Amino acid sequence: MKSAVITFPGSNCDRDMHVALTKFGFKNQMVWHNDNELPKTDLVVLPGGFSYGDYLRCGSMASKSKIMQSVINFAKSGGLVMGICNGFQILVESGLVPGVLLRNKYLEFICKNIFVKIDNKDNPYFKNLDKEVFELHIAHNEGNYFCSNDQLKEIQDNNQVAIYYCNDNGKTEEKFNPNGSLNNIAGIFNKEKNVLGMMPHPERMIDKSLSGEDGSLFFKNLLNNIK
Amino acid sequence: MEVNEKIALDHGLKKGEYKKICDLLKRVPNFTELGIFSAMWNEHCSYKSSRLHLKNLPTSGKKVIQGPGENAGVIDIEDGDAIVFKIESHNHPSFIEPYQGAATGVGGIMRDVFTMGARPIANLNSIHFGSSQHKKTKNLLRGVVHGIGGYGNCMGVPTIAGQTSFDSSYNGNILVNAMTLGLVKKNKIFYSKAAGLNKPVIYVGSKTGRDGIHGASMASASFDEKIEEKKPTVQVGDPFTEKLLLEACLELMAGDSIIAIQDMGAAGLTSSSIEMASKGNLGIELNLNKVPCRESKMTPYEIMLSESQERMLIVLENGKEDLAKKIFDKWDLDFAVIGKTTNTKNIELYYDEKQVASIPINTLVENSPMYDRKWKKTKLPKKNLIKKEQFKKFKIKEVLNKILSNPNVCSKEWIWQQYDHTVMGDTIQKPGGDSGVVRVHGTDKAVAATVDSSAIYCWAHPLTGGKQVVCESWRNLISVGATPIAITNCLNFGSPEKEENMGEFVECVQGIGEASEYLKFPVVSGNVSFYNQTKEIGIKPTPSIGGVGLIKNYKQMITMDFKEINNLVLVIGKTEGNLDQSLFARNILNEKNGPPPEINLFNEKNNGETVLQLIKGNLVRSAHDVSIGGIITAVSKMCIKGNIGIEFDKPKYFMSEIEYLFSEDQGRYVIEIEPKNLKKVESILNKNSVHFDKLGKITDKNMIINGKTKVTIDELRSYNTNWLKKYMST
Repeated sequence: MKSAVITFPGSNCDRDMHVALTKFGFKNQMVWHNDNELPKTDLVVLPGGFSYGDYLRCGSMASKSKIMQSVINFAKSGGLVMGICNGFQILVESGLVPGVLLRNKYLEFICKNIFVKIDNKDNPYFKNLDKEVFELHIAHNEGNYFCSNDQLKEIQDNNQVAIYYCNDNGKTEEKFNPNGSLNNIAGIFNKEKNVLGMMPHPERMIDKSLSGEDGSLFFKNLLNNIK
Repeated sequence: MEVNEKIALDHGLKKGEYKKICDLLKRVPNFTELGIFSAMWNEHCSYKSSRLHLKNLPTSGKKVIQGPGENAGVIDIEDGDAIVFKIESHNHPSFIEPYQGAATGVGGIMRDVFTMGARPIANLNSIHFGSSQHKKTKNLLRGVVHGIGGYGNCMGVPTIAGQTSFDSSYNGNILVNAMTLGLVKKNKIFYSKAAGLNKPVIYVGSKTGRDGIHGASMASASFDEKIEEKKPTVQVGDPFTEKLLLEACLELMAGDSIIAIQDMGAAGLTSSSIEMASKGNLGIELNLNKVPCRESKMTPYEIMLSESQERMLIVLENGKEDLAKKIFDKWDLDFAVIGKTTNTKNIELYYDEKQVASIPINTLVENSPMYDRKWKKTKLPKKNLIKKEQFKKFKIKEVLNKILSNPNVCSKEWIWQQYDHTVMGDTIQKPGGDSGVVRVHGTDKAVAATVDSSAIYCWAHPLTGGKQVVCESWRNLISVGATPIAITNCLNFGSPEKEENMGEFVECVQGIGEASEYLKFPVVSGNVSFYNQTKEIGIKPTPSIGGVGLIKNYKQMITMDFKEINNLVLVIGKTEGNLDQSLFARNILNEKNGPPPEINLFNEKNNGETVLQLIKGNLVRSAHDVSIGGIITAVSKMCIKGNIGIEFDKPKYFMSEIEYLFSEDQGRYVIEIEPKNLKKVESILNKNSVHFDKLGKITDKNMIINGKTKVTIDELRSYNTNWLKKYMST
């Protein structure tokens, strides 16, 4: 299976994502933001980092990069596009998933392990996973998901919430919300569920010597689902 | 502007120094030249008060590839890999403008490391603030933490360890010391020595602005009530540009175009161009009209003295300009050929086709002033006669609460959660341990790093304190299973013009030198920050030591959390029960006099090497060194992290429980072993003549110290974790 990770100026999880994808069997290519066309691929990943220094608004300038037109076309034709952290911010800025990401509620960068609950497995990302609660890692300053009431209704009606912040038992109470996100939302799909944006970093959880191994389950499963 | 003595004094030069300039030049310098002299001859750049003493430090060893004198030190970690590392202060600017001051400190030290061809793989910091009661402390702490995070997080380099302390001596002068480690192949290290004539001199990175002019001079003077007016001398950081600069430089370094490269740090274009030429014994000619500027009509003086960030100066091989330009264009960075190397041995500056400065380089470097300042020796204070009867009135549990929640002991999670410590995917020991540990990407090796200081001990007796900090660094590396290799030091002191402060410096350096010599733990890089002083009040002497060690197989790394019920806990090293200068004496008894704990280098080395031997023999499940707060503080942290308890054995020591639990005797570790290994461990310890005590065994959810004292792990955790969070949220 082929994957493509886009490097924007200021991306800094592009290598980590490359390492993770390669470790689990993807044939990954790095793609430069200034390229016109995506290579032939089964999965496009917009990695974490600080594209364009987060200047103007996080993800805003990257969403206007040359390569993004090709990414948008790929997504519209049903291709799998995943945005992690800053990649999620780029997805909302480019309109591929609904909503916005505001500054964290307590105005501080947060780097720690958190738990998320998968809400919806009827999609190529989470299909066949045999558990609901995952321990992942967040590292962000602007992960406070927000959208209008109408949007929220539509998101819920279409089962577009991908993951919620929760505790280790899967309880999605406000006190397990690290950043003030609306309804504890940690990740969102587009309507068709081929585009996924989420704040947690599965690529930092792929080895028991690191913060944990739940990211490995995610990547292995994703590869099997795409096969 | 006509230069005279008054203008020279306004530039921070002394009368004698101005006279020396005129003598060396055999004329009066022009205004630009005076600016250049003042930038090169200030304390920060010239080390004029410290050089004489620093040269006594041990700086070489089997593993040392590059000692002090380059952008950073380099050590060998085998298999063709090397680690480049250095610590540097950004104290003065951080007090004036905490966010930018701290941010650019982090940016500056990372540049020092990647200038040498190394990709930064870990950041650390040592930050010190005034009393928690002082009105400025909270904002300074918040600003500094945001600044460090803002820069390091954006660069995508994990911040893996650090140290924070509070002491009223920092009320008017906070300390911000930033350290970076980078990874490089041994045969791809870049140096700052220019070579060859008529080689193009290239400027890359951000444009030059009017920020930070005289930053290094500002950092070479004491503060007074008008310090806020110095805000314009603080540089403004742009981590995004630095990230691009890092990638572009590493891309160019992959080829063979670069002869020499130097970042523009303190004193900007002035010191970078002069250092490269000086090391190559060459001259350098610059056309200042070619320098990319952010603002119009910048004068030669401003261009040469600006400390705008994220800039590099490179001497290229002839004919490689186009290739280099292409790389910098790709990363949207400025690129300009601004001059060439010459054989004149002068720095010659041109602006609007006129020569605006011409100075023999040796007058700026070799002939810069060096002072043998007067200094005063500190006598070893007399021991306190602490009356033991008074111990009866203390309840261990209450004392433990006070100690664990003390600002200098409590958990710093509020701080390090704001630093991305996991980016790059190789962090295997996060902040909060004895050392931070990152894997060497794609290998079985890992590098451990720690940063330490003990201002209280250094203040009580600088010679002992200097030794102690090096020993503590060594212990923190051993506690995670790393073989200590080398250190970098950041020497933060008051005014060298005061005999007491200078004495503190001289004796701390002597102590550092003795310990690092004995432990074969050489100093490979560092920096001196004097004038951490507001009017007449200087800080407590605060040398920060950054230590680096190697773990050959990262799976053998040790963490401090207690692992398993029924395992045994030993204290390695002898507890004498000395309370002087301990947290207990200072904060519970309010006794501030007395000598710091004695350092016995033989025991330190023997105990440390033995613990390492046990770890390498897979006999140790967890380990933690005993430092501030004594045995009970160390053990409490191991319980909190492991979320399991300990039951202490009946005491066999001949001292009071308070002395045993709270004294800060040196050279000690707490280790956890499996009962089946006890015999083996005992025999190794006995064979090596290492003193040890059996402290107790690991139990369920409580710390049971004696019949009367039982503390739950949740209680320990709340003592330890609440203070800082609460402090910062009110």
